[in-house]
Amino acid sequence: MTVPDVVQVDEATRLTTQPLAPQLRSGVLGPLRFGWRRLTSMRTALLLLFLLALASVPGGFLPQRRINPLRVQSYLEKHTTVGPLLDRLQMFDVFSSAWFSAIYLLLFISLVGCLLPRTRLHLRALRAAPPAVPKVLTRLPASDTWEGDADVLARAEKALRGWRVVRRGDELSAERGYLRETGNLVFHLSLVLLLVGIAVGAFRGFKGTVLVVEGTGFSNTVASYDDINPGRRFHPSSLVPFTLQLQDFRATYAPDGKALTFDAQVTWGRTQATTPYDVRVNHPLAVGGAKTYLIGHGYAPFVRVRDRTGAVVLDQPVACLPQTPQFLSTCVIKVPDAAPQQLGFRGAFTPTTITQDGRVGSSFPGLVRPVLTLVGWAGDLGLDGGVPQSVYSLDTTALKPFDKGQAHALSEGQTWQLPGGGSLTYVGTREWATFQVTQDPGKRLALVAAVGIVGGLMLSLFVRRRRVWVRVRPGAPSTVEVGGLSRTDPERFQAEFAELVRRLRE
Amino acid sequence: MPDKGLGQLGDGLLFTAVVVYALAMLGFAGEQASRKARQSVTAVRDSTQVLVGSGGPSVTLPAETVTSLNPSRAGRFALALTGLGWLVHLSSITARGFAAHRVPWGNMYEFSSCVAFVAVTAFLVLVARGYVERSLGAFVMLPVVLYLGLAATKLYTAAGPLVPALNSYWIKIHVAAAVTASGAFQLSGVVALLYLLRSRYDELTAAERPTRFPVSLGAQLPAAPVLDRVSYVVIAFAFPVWTFAIIAGAIWAEAAWGRYWGWDPKETWSFITWVLYAGYLHARATAGWKGRKAAWVAVAAACALIVDYYVVNIFVVGLHSYA
Repeated sequence: MTVPDVVQVDEATRLTTQPLAPQLRSGVLGPLRFGWRRLTSMRTALLLLFLLALASVPGGFLPQRRINPLRVQSYLEKHTTVGPLLDRLQMFDVFSSAWFSAIYLLLFISLVGCLLPRTRLHLRALRAAPPAVPKVLTRLPASDTWEGDADVLARAEKALRGWRVVRRGDELSAERGYLRETGNLVFHLSLVLLLVGIAVGAFRGFKGTVLVVEGTGFSNTVASYDDINPGRRFHPSSLVPFTLQLQDFRATYAPDGKALTFDAQVTWGRTQATTPYDVRVNHPLAVGGAKTYLIGHGYAPFVRVRDRTGAVVLDQPVACLPQTPQFLSTCVIKVPDAAPQQLGFRGAFTPTTITQDGRVGSSFPGLVRPVLTLVGWAGDLGLDGGVPQSVYSLDTTALKPFDKGQAHALSEGQTWQLPGGGSLTYVGTREWATFQVTQDPGKRLALVAAVGIVGGLMLSLFVRRRRVWVRVRPGAPSTVEVGGLSRTDPERFQAEFAELVRRLRE
Repeated sequence: MPDKGLGQLGDGLLFTAVVVYALAMLGFAGEQASRKARQSVTAVRDSTQVLVGSGGPSVTLPAETVTSLNPSRAGRFALALTGLGWLVHLSSITARGFAAHRVPWGNMYEFSSCVAFVAVTAFLVLVARGYVERSLGAFVMLPVVLYLGLAATKLYTAAGPLVPALNSYWIKIHVAAAVTASGAFQLSGVVALLYLLRSRYDELTAAERPTRFPVSLGAQLPAAPVLDRVSYVVIAFAFPVWTFAIIAGAIWAEAAWGRYWGWDPKETWSFITWVLYAGYLHARATAGWKGRKAAWVAVAAACALIVDYYVVNIFVVGLHSYA
């Protein structure tokens, strides 16, 4: 904590509630008490603080599983000897690792052990009168004596307005700046509160992501999400009921392809999606404790497929996954209802298409010259095997390609007549957006704690605590003794003290 | 659309500011050199007088050699140059803001310029408030000039619009706080290093052992307690600002990414920096850690801050990669 150790003059001049250094005592409880006081000592806290910083360093350099599991995977593939070793040491899960947890838990135990007695002492000090005048005032960092009489005490009471002053006979004690220690305690207590807020969020929170094509929507239930990340003590019943429909997604780009704005125009409601709202980056939709964020976007070409019988077997937008900043996207189309054979297609969607050496590419992320380039297959898609398949990958083991696997490029409105009958039409282009919905019930507590942290910190760093004593020694003539001390910013206190002495000698 | 002419004006002004700062640095160095020369001249004169006293022939030193270089005039001139450079620097930042129609701290180049600006401001405030002598300027302006030079050559970005993720009023609050704290922290890091030099110099001279470069620079530095106090005052100012910057960043992250803290590399290094400065404040108040050990903590914390800003942005993949 920010109050320094003090060389003790006597109890009155010990301007701190910091506990004294622990001493080993005998008996059964002796070693235990010694251990506890050792743990709650400043030196231990300092050591744990540095350990905490050191332990965070690998988390700042190595990829972390909770943030980016794919990069951890590729790191492990690249570093076959060091990788597994680091993994055994939990280096890819630093912030949930046993050793990181041990450090911060010890630190917080040490903190609480230090805070409780200090809070008790401070509460006592807040109610107590400033301590009696020390025997020898001249030994204090600031002191002065002159010939004068008891009138000085009345003048001192006037000059020390805003101080806590107590007069005992011919002596006067004054103290100021109690808010320093109050701020110090509030700061450290708020740190504990913050930890509680984080824990509540980690245990009871929920995070789900879902991909939505224009014209479709989702409702806030566990089943609607493509990917969920619930806390350990999360209850599905705590999800705020609402539904959301994506009406229109718009992105604008600078001429060089840099994104300027993303805007998802949605409608939402508790039961029916009727209220319009713009979900943008930095502008989420809040419904109760649930917040909906726009986290990604892409293109979904609208495709109509007819089989050999002429029946329409697929008539919907197909979401393609962007692979480059210019939105060259990969697409997979599966048509399990086609007869007599199932159909499958794989290829690329390019919003602003360029062709180079027979390969298609995209030169701009906006929709300028969209082309859907596909290779087609017929046969068995392998969907009945009972093994779950991703909608974004095509298993071609039981499929035969059309045209020896040659790709067909389609512009909007164009139709590919499949060999042997049937067709695929690229009807038009829609866009999709991915939304993330989060509920964090610990958030508000964390925010309150954050306010306490900043407020407490400012008080504890900028308020100066200081004491002043005045004594009139009777005699002929009588003498006035003034002394004072401050542990914080002694230079400024000297000036303040000099000014006080000037006013008392007037 | 960004205004090209204004953007170029801003770049030109920054270049001018660097040149003026460099001249100021030379001025401060000149003040120190001439003061040292004057001291040795005085020393020679004193020893001559001893010789005179012992009955040798009387020698009078020509007055010109003593007064040809006026240290206090050089120092005052250097301080005025620093003030002028500060004004030019301020207009450079303003021109950038108007050129891009936004806050002038939207990318690494602009951020670096602002950090250096805060460091110079903090130095000028410290001199004006009497916390420290202006002669420290030589040691403060050197890193400022190097820092700005590196920023202008390695990180240069023409004035342009922000990426959507940065397009929020939080950029005014979060980044302004981060810039202010970083500028002050970097200044305190330099002062802590100087404190380490000075206290090592004091230790060696007390033991009557010779000092070599860079410890010999200690002779020209303010007293060790002064440097220790300045570094503390600056950190005590910057630490709550840094805390606020992290919290504002967390609130912004909650609005932009859906969580207030996620151990993104930038967040992790901000946390490490915060913990180290918290450690410094505690260390300075703990017996056995006061003085040099605490100063080393301040230096380590300033290094963590550099990692947080430059190493993370350039070498580590994370959510803050754009800035």
